[in-house]
Amino acid sequence: MKGIEVRSLDKNYGDVRALRNVSLTFEENKIYGLLGRNGAGKTTLLNTITGRVFPDSGDVLVDGEVALENDKAQQKIFMMSEKNFYPEGMKVKDAIKWTREFYPGFDEEYCRNLAEKFGLNTKKKIKSLSTGYGSIFKLILTLSANAPYLFFDEPVLGLDANHRDMFYRALLEKYSDKPFTAVISTHLIEEVAGVIEEVVIIKRGEIIRNQSVEELLETGCTVSGTAVAVDSAIQGKTVLGEDSLGGLKTAYLAGEIDSSTLPAGIEIGKMDLQKLFIHLTNE
Amino acid sequence: MNLQDERPIFVQIAEYIEDGILSGAFPEDTQIPSTTEISVWYKINPATALKGINLLVDENIVYKKRGLGMFVSTGAAESIRRKRKKDFFDNYIDKVVTEAKKLGLTQEELAAMIERGYDR
Repeated sequence: MKGIEVRSLDKNYGDVRALRNVSLTFEENKIYGLLGRNGAGKTTLLNTITGRVFPDSGDVLVDGEVALENDKAQQKIFMMSEKNFYPEGMKVKDAIKWTREFYPGFDEEYCRNLAEKFGLNTKKKIKSLSTGYGSIFKLILTLSANAPYLFFDEPVLGLDANHRDMFYRALLEKYSDKPFTAVISTHLIEEVAGVIEEVVIIKRGEIIRNQSVEELLETGCTVSGTAVAVDSAIQGKTVLGEDSLGGLKTAYLAGEIDSSTLPAGIEIGKMDLQKLFIHLTNE
Repeated sequence: MNLQDERPIFVQIAEYIEDGILSGAFPEDTQIPSTTEISVWYKINPATALKGINLLVDENIVYKKRGLGMFVSTGAAESIRRKRKKDFFDNYIDKVVTEAKKLGLTQEELAAMIERGYDR
């Protein structure tokens, strides 16, 4: 079977249950958003799949093969991590050279062009790059790796609006040209809402949502109007959250509401991904 | 592309292409932008762009030329106009009347305003 299959992963750090019975599949050639609040377990999940962290229990399969301590399987994944694993004093161009050694499909010309487009000076030491260019350097390597599975952990950290725009376009261009599986872990939900096809939401180490963006958005709605009318309309519904402003109220519901039975003056709206995320992950 | 818009993105994509056909930006029998171009331009997933285009294929507004891409059908502008006229009441008039009632505008006052709009 193609794809990455994660089976009942558990990982504890002392008392902290970083991953709790996490099972999911990253299918071939789809773009995923991995969303969660700070400390929810996003990076731990990606690190476990890529063998940087050992799970307490559970399995990871890449294209049907056990991925833990399996170089062949790991070579199919390129992970851009938030942290820097490069040796002190290494230059950008040397890191490119080394990546080429480990990823035989590495596209050097594409990498050079992208570096030029983003204005990345490859003669610089990695350590001396700003936060933004540190991210740019890593996302360029990731896009150039030509691996079938690309993990982006906070790819746009420190990037200005122009560079973020360039990144999303470069990603989509590359993906259209030759599809791959991308997993993007980010806090900038609004920006990726249109780019991703599937969404995985993780909360305190548990997967709470795992479906297509389209399906997920259909599972929520907003109900607005006078507080009295809203309160009567949402009786018996699963309410994710509420906002009040004077006598007006907006309720955020899980599930749909039958608009034909509503009192006058009530408006039904859709939730966008960010709103839904906030209400699903609020403590 | 407006993600705040309540309609799904693929519907907005279809409408954007329709607007291009109506304005003459995409004349009949010429090629419309590819899925990739639309995807990169609007920063949306190619599957979404494709879904938008397929909406137009189903309505015979665009058609596929094998190996070349998607082209505007003959009579596409006319059929879009016909469709939009049909939806005009639900999409616009209904909303205008609801808002007018909320404001206490009479039917005559509303009609006068519409006339004023035409005179501009």
